[in-house]
Amino acid sequence: MSSVLDGFAVVLEPTNLLYCLVGVVIGMLIGVLPGLGPAATIAILLPITFGLEPVTAIIMLAGIFYGAQYGGTITSVLLRLPGEASSVVTVFDGHALTRQGRAGTALGIAAIGSFVGGTLAIIALTFVAPLVADFALDFGPPEYTALALLGILLVATISSGGRLRALTAAAIGLLLATVGRDDFTSAERFTLGNLNLADGLDFVPIAMGLFGLGEILYNLEERHRKVQAPATVANVWPSRADLRQSSGAIGRGSVLGFFLGILPGGGAVLASLAAYALEKRRSKHPERFGKGAIEGVAAPETANNAAATSSFIPLLSLGIPANATMAVIFGALLIQGVTPGPQLITENPELFWGVVNSMYIGNILLLIMSIPLVGLFVRILRVRATILAPITVLITLVGAYTVNNSVFDIGLVIAFGVIGYLMKKLGFDPGPMVLAFVLGSLLETSLRRSLLLFDGDPTGFFTRPISGVLLAALIAVALLPLAQPLLRRRTPLAAEKDRGEEEVGRGTPEARDPGPKEPQAKQAAAGTPDSGAPDPNTSEERNSAT
Amino acid sequence: MSTEPVDERPPSAGPLSNLIAAAVVVILGGAAIAGSLALGAGSPSEPGPGTWPLIIGAVLVVLGLALAVRARDTGEAERFTRSGLLVAAAVASMIAFVAVIATIGFEIPTLLLAFVWLRFLGHESWRTSIITSVGIVVVFYALFVGALDVTIPHLF
Repeated sequence: MSSVLDGFAVVLEPTNLLYCLVGVVIGMLIGVLPGLGPAATIAILLPITFGLEPVTAIIMLAGIFYGAQYGGTITSVLLRLPGEASSVVTVFDGHALTRQGRAGTALGIAAIGSFVGGTLAIIALTFVAPLVADFALDFGPPEYTALALLGILLVATISSGGRLRALTAAAIGLLLATVGRDDFTSAERFTLGNLNLADGLDFVPIAMGLFGLGEILYNLEERHRKVQAPATVANVWPSRADLRQSSGAIGRGSVLGFFLGILPGGGAVLASLAAYALEKRRSKHPERFGKGAIEGVAAPETANNAAATSSFIPLLSLGIPANATMAVIFGALLIQGVTPGPQLITENPELFWGVVNSMYIGNILLLIMSIPLVGLFVRILRVRATILAPITVLITLVGAYTVNNSVFDIGLVIAFGVIGYLMKKLGFDPGPMVLAFVLGSLLETSLRRSLLLFDGDPTGFFTRPISGVLLAALIAVALLPLAQPLLRRRTPLAAEKDRGEEEVGRGTPEARDPGPKEPQAKQAAAGTPDSGAPDPNTSEERNSAT
Repeated sequence: MSTEPVDERPPSAGPLSNLIAAAVVVILGGAAIAGSLALGAGSPSEPGPGTWPLIIGAVLVVLGLALAVRARDTGEAERFTRSGLLVAAAVASMIAFVAVIATIGFEIPTLLLAFVWLRFLGHESWRTSIITSVGIVVVFYALFVGALDVTIPHLF
């Protein structure tokens, strides 16, 4: 317990408070701006974290991530233009409320819900993460092999663009991770004789290229409609009746978001969709949804923030990033010389508790900023994308240089930027590739150690209880698409759930015309590669898998 | 209720671009297999440096063939349109940036890249383009050379 309190002492250091503020402000800004998502922003800003203390760096990067969940709401509600994929469902009721002149209420409820969801998730994280870490202390190479494989597979399962494309991207990520000197034998692999590659590909240029530059190039194709100035927002304080009406949705959204955030492959997008579907199904008047039901704003906005917070649990307690944004933060920790894993809490308590407790402060700052300062953030939308693009690209290129003072790294960023752009054009989500790249060396090392341990007998994985269970789950997830037709017929419950999810996408009046929903989801998914807009089938799989 | 699309997307890609993507994946997998065999594939009881890349290479070949079989399912793939030329021009400007930055410092390449992106890719006015690109160079100089003292090559 004392280490938890020490964590507060770490947060309250002026530098850390300052960077927490910087992080949440940046997060909120990029949440407001369509285009760049949190993973891309964090990737682009990686170079500036080098000079910082590890705890300060991660406090700032975490702030960007959950700050973006607040910011994404604003444009969803006011302009029907989700800034982030996790705010896509907020569009339905949020914008309907705006049309009724109640934009302020929607934004106020979203901010309060986000705050409650985020804060409850931090409290739960405080108790759950140490338990998970404690449990994982006994994990050996076979368990890590199974866990890393399961993580990659789950991320691929809910990725946008389909699982075949996602698995392909992941396999390429694993292959990229093998470039450089082999840890066991020092043999040089796939370096093509290039000295710059002898130590392997660096994570920073890959993340900056695939996420950052790739998204900038993709957005260059003038796919965004001209954003008109939004209406002014009056009275952001929700009435007592509004609060009473949304309190249930906020409570349920917090719990649902928390659990969906912990799952590998889960996260804010899935949580927001599921929470909206849950409220709609529970409601006595489901027909109100899509026409300005306040719960339709409260539930997804609460859930996405709770999930953004709880997705730190697998990263900080197992060392397995649950989504692409966490993969970038994982990379940031490695660069700082910190290896996330079960030993992090005991060996580096001030980092662990400093980051966790900074989220309380960050959420308070966001609540303060998002209610009275909404108008200010909305004004950012007036800055044209054509002016932001060259600024972002130059920050990326110059930033890439500063990491190793290497022109070669700028070249790598450009190369991976082109790859990222082509992947997006061809329907491949770069998220699984970055995640697999980050986990690649852990996976290979664990696999080879396991094989040595089992003397080459792969059945050894199944004889150890934990790795056996994890691999069984892995096989279940892998085989589910084949069993789906059977499941659909045999379990009416799952089928009903399936329909419920579909309604989120198709049943609401705004989404019925083919135009808006698809491109929004796609564009926003491009903004946050950590997860795509999940299709109904995959959420059914996830339900059955867990 | 407004029905105009929020975003405009190019039309879906045809099967050809999917087939090319699938072929690239198969070739990549094949190259990985060839490379790993050269490194020494090892055996399950004694995994060598080539074992893991060999597995991934094999997986890639299988995934690539599966992609080829399903080439008609275009998913979210987009066709390359004229606006793709903007991207090509953008990439060319960045390659030029990298090529000269080590010899002539970052100021002139930064100015030119910003100007090209603003004026020709973004269709901003001459005035805005000139003022913004000069502004970017000044801010970058103050930030990277002045405040952060980064070792980036610079003229002044």
